[in-house]
Order: sequence, then C-alpha cells, then structure tokens
Amino acid sequence: MKRSTVGPWIAFGLGALYFLIPLIATFEFSLRMRRGTYSFDAYAVVFADPRFQASFSYSVLLALITIVLGVMLVVPTAYFIRLRLPKLAPLVEFITLLPLVIPAIVIVFGYLRLYNSSSWLPFTSNARATDLLLAFGYVTLALPYMYRAVDTGMRAIDVRTLTEAAESLGASWATILFRVIFPNVKVAILSGAFITFAVVMGEFTFASLLDRPAFGPYLQLIGANRAYEPAALAIIAFLVTWACMGLLQLVLAGARVARQR
Amino acid sequence: MAFLDITGVRKAYGPNTVVHHVDLAIERGEFVSFLGPSGCGKTTTLRMVAGFETPSAGRVVIDGKDVTPLRPNQRNIGMVFQAYALFPNMTVAENVGFGLKVAGKPPAEIAPRVEEMLRLIKLPQLGGRYPYQLSGGQQQRVALARALAIKPKILLLDEPLSALDAKIRVSLREEIRAVQRQLGITTIYVTHDQEEALSMSDRIVVMNEGRIEQIGTPFEIYNFPRTRFVASFVGTLNLLEATVAPGGGRLEIDGQPVIARDGINGAAPGTSLTVALRPEAITITDAGGDRNRLAGTVEEVSFLGSVIRIRVRFRDNAVSLDTFNDPAIAPPERGKPVTVSFAHGDVHVLGAA
Ligand SMILES: Nc1ncnc2c1ncn2[C@@H]1O[C@H](COP(=O)(O)OP(=O)(O)OP(=O)(O)O)[C@@H](O)[C@H]1O
Ligand SMILES: [Mg+2]
Repeated sequence: MKRSTVGPWIAFGLGALYFLIPLIATFEFSLRMRRGTYSFDAYAVVFADPRFQASFSYSVLLALITIVLGVMLVVPTAYFIRLRLPKLAPLVEFITLLPLVIPAIVIVFGYLRLYNSSSWLPFTSNARATDLLLAFGYVTLALPYMYRAVDTGMRAIDVRTLTEAAESLGASWATILFRVIFPNVKVAILSGAFITFAVVMGEFTFASLLDRPAFGPYLQLIGANRAYEPAALAIIAFLVTWACMGLLQLVLAGARVARQR
Repeated sequence: MAFLDITGVRKAYGPNTVVHHVDLAIERGEFVSFLGPSGCGKTTTLRMVAGFETPSAGRVVIDGKDVTPLRPNQRNIGMVFQAYALFPNMTVAENVGFGLKVAGKPPAEIAPRVEEMLRLIKLPQLGGRYPYQLSGGQQQRVALARALAIKPKILLLDEPLSALDAKIRVSLREEIRAVQRQLGITTIYVTHDQEEALSMSDRIVVMNEGRIEQIGTPFEIYNFPRTRFVASFVGTLNLLEATVAPGGGRLEIDGQPVIARDGINGAAPGTSLTVALRPEAITITDAGGDRNRLAGTVEEVSFLGSVIRIRVRFRDNAVSLDTFNDPAIAPPERGKPVTVSFAHGDVHVLGAA
C-alpha cells in the first residue's frame, strides 16, 4: 500500500506560502516606485544613498572584526576545554548559550552602566572605543553559533591524539594550534563565520543604543521615513543573509566531497 | 646504567594508584613489550616515558639524561598510537616530514629523509596521498614512518595493531620488528595480545594491577612463569590445586603423588599449593621412564585440525593437553580412563593457593 503524500505536501505548501508571500509582496512593492510600471528605481536610490554605502560597509567591517575576535576566542577555548578541562564543557556550553536567553537590550544596558564615560573602563567615551565595545558585544551575540560550530568540528577529529602526536614530534602549542587544529576545523570555523556575518549585518539593538552608524539602525531609519526604499532594503538584506547561507552550504558540501574523494 | 631507566615510578589519580613502583631498565636497541590485561597500567607507564603523564614519584632517565621534568616535545621520542593519529589535512609526505619541519630543517633536507622513510615502510609511491585515501594498515605504517623520521631516541607503540584485522596484524608486526632491527632503535611495545608479545619481543614485562609481575625473555615468561598471574595470563596453562603430602617434600594432586623437580620450597605437609603445567608438557602416550603419572578420564575431545585438544579430569582437577592429529590413530573417546604423564621438571609450583 502506498502512503498518501498529500498531507505532507499541503503542510509544506502552507509553510512555503507563509514564508514566500510576504517576500514576494515586499519584492513586488519595491519595484513600484515609478508610477504605472515596474522598475528598480528604489534600488537605485538605495545604492546611491551615501548613508547606505557608509552603514553597509561599516557593518561589513564590524562583522569581519567580530569574526576574527570570535575565532580567536572560541577556537582556543573549545580546544583546551576538549583537551584539558572536559569537566568544564557543560558550564562553557551553558555560558555560550546565555546570549540567546538574555535579551540584547538587557546586555546593552549592562554595557552602558559598566562602561559609561565615568566608569573604570570608559568604552563609550569616544567613537573608536564604542566601535570596539560594539564588536565585543557582537562576539557575545554570535557566541552560541560560533562555539557550537567549532566544537562540533573538533568532535569530528580526535583532538587529543592529534595533539599528542604533534607534541611527540616536537611541536609547540602555537604550532599545534595553527598547523594541526585550525586547518582541520577550517570548515567549522567558516560555517560559524557565515552565521556571525548574517547576525551582525541585521543587528539593530546594540548599534542603535550605542549610537553607531550600522546597517541595522539605517534600515530602521529608512523604514520610518520612506515608502519604497525600505522594501528594497529588506530584499537586499535578505539576499545578503541568503548569500551567506548559500556560501555556508557550498563550503560544507565542498568539504563533504573532499572527504569522500 | 641502561639506555632507558625507569626508577621507582608511580602514578596516582587522586586516591587511585594505577601504577605502583615500577622499576625497569631497557638496553639500547632492545625491543621490550608491556603485556597485561586491560586497565593494568601499560598505557599509563608508556605515557610517563613519553611525557604525557607526570609520575607521582620516581624518575625516567633516557641515555643518561633525567627527562622526568621535560615536556613531550622536548624528549625526542617517537610515538605510534592505536588510532593512527595521522594529520588529516596533510599528505603522507607532509605527515612524515612534520617533525622535521617543526624542528626547522630546510626542505632540501626533509625531502630525502621523507623518501627514505617511505621506502623503509615500503610505500614509496604514496607520498602524495591523504590519510583518508589509505587503508588502516597503510596508515599505521605511515604513522611509524612519521615517528621514526625525527630519529627519536626511543620508539613507543601503544597497541598499534589492535584496530587492524587479524591477517594484516601478523604481517605488520613482522614488518615493525624488521624495521626496528634495521634501525636498532630502542622500543617499547604495549599490547594485551600474548602472541604478539611472545613473537616480537626481546623481553616481555608482564604487568597486572599497576605492578610488574615478571620481566623476562619470551622463553622465560612462557616456560617459567614466576607467579600464578603470569602463568594464567600467558599461554593456555593448566593450573592444578595440589597439597603437600604427609611427611613433606612431595605433592599430591587429587590423592595421586606428584614430584616437582625444583622442590616445593619446604612447604609444610597439608599446605595447598598451585601447580602449573603446560599443555604441551603432558602426553597420553606413555613414553616410559621416570615421570609423573596421573590417572583420570577423558572429559572432552576437540578436533582443531592439525592438533587434537583433550581434556582429562582426575577428581577436582582437570588438564588440557594437545596431541598431533595422526590419521593412523583414532582419537581417545570421551569417558574412557586414561593415564597422562609429564616430566618432574615440567611441574611449576606457583606458591600458596
Ligand atoms: N586520566 C585518568 N584519570 C583517572 N584514572 C585513569 C586515568 N587514566 C587512566 N586511568 C586508570 O588507570 C588504570 C590504568 O589505565 P591504562 O590506560 O594505563 O591501562 P592499560 O593497561 O593501558 O589498559 P588497556 O589495555 O585497556 O589500554 C585504569 O584503571 C584507568 O581507569
Ligand atoms: Mg592502553
């Protein structure tokens, strides 16, 4: 007897509609800037807006800094937890999950209290320092994804034995980390990096409350004041995120092919 | 002073002492096996020599130098792991050359050495492959080449063959031994497989519960086990409960007299002793002469091909013995009475039961 697949297809269709209709509607709306005909005018306006270029490149730069900081923090941590302190693994996992549980607004208010201009560490006293604080904040926000990705990558290789093999061959800690561990969790790091990128590009709360010219607050500003451009921006933001996910899939598929070869 | 001196080494994890006072001297070029059941502390002892574990007490001296405080990467030791542990991101050649590269050797020096090593393990064509493109046996040979490329003072192998299937295991152990002889490298080989230890080693260290039970050549360990544990762990030894006969100096097994050539260390009459007998020392075809004889019945006959294993029961004790399969002679039947015999010199008294 052949099981009917009608039910699952209906469920899938409903889910797809739930996701696609707003997207298509937004896209359609973004093309209607010129009266009576479809055009990409809204996109042209957006791309020509210097504030778009500034905020977009600001966020890209911040995302890259966040990725570098995050990798430098997470890879050695995950490595030493696996190697030396496996007992602490549940605690570290819990800590890295906290950013998903604690609302961003709570974190940023904490930052403002701790690092205000009259505090011990006045991060908010000038723009560059605030940028740094924002990057640190983003590292925190991306921690759950980055840590999980890297830790999963390390589970796939026998970290302990590889380390001991390298050590018996005379390698130092730095050599082991950079020549043995990093290359073997490269794919995991990359996948963490793409998610981090997507998170940072769309972030609003931190950037807005720390008053930094990031892409998120710009989206909000345009959304409040214009008609067609926000729709175009939403589609652009969606495409950026989507491109990240696509790259992630490509990297993972590439790694799988390489392993099977 | 020996090439490798392990003196009074102990290892405790919290309240658990897993290695008690190990003393061992290994000569240059010797091949020594650590043999013992799971959890007896073989790996732990080996890792203390390698530097991955710090002894709770005692010293490790290699070639006259106390290495106890040194880190593994300062000891110049070659290590082969059960799990191969090749670097997945590097080719075979890069794996083999890793130690030399880390030591800062120029490529012009590394390449010929890598080639030499690959020839040594008989895989000269595979330098460009990645570890996942090799079979288990090939991977382990590459791991051996990688460990040897740095010209280590000592080679340590921790159950290197136990992940491989039986046939490759036998051929690879011969190959490892050949390479070891060729290079004359001092080697410690950890295994729980007695056949492996007996066939490969110059000397065997039998361990049990964190202690050394006996150190000796395979011949000594197999033929003259000094403790009950060694006797039962190595070979398919028969262990019999004997009592010292009234009047002393002689033994009785299930009421039948038995003489041990080496004596019974003056044990008092009535004392229970354990006696060990090799299966191959016992015959059912009486060769005559001055031998021990025990009468019993055939309990079990197993046909093993070229050999027939027969189990003979006396009263409380039983022995297994092997006879060659001779097509001209029918094997004994179960339940038939037989008399087995063995030389006085083959009776090993292992101490109080
Ligand atoms: N890090 C550790 N912490 C606590 N106990 C340990 C640790 N490592 C080993 N042990 C204990 O020490 C004992 C000896 O372990 P070891 O690995 O040396 O045994 P082994 O002889 O190599 O056994 P196997 O044949 O199973 O490999 C075991 O009882 C083990 O549980
Ligand atoms: Mg072990």
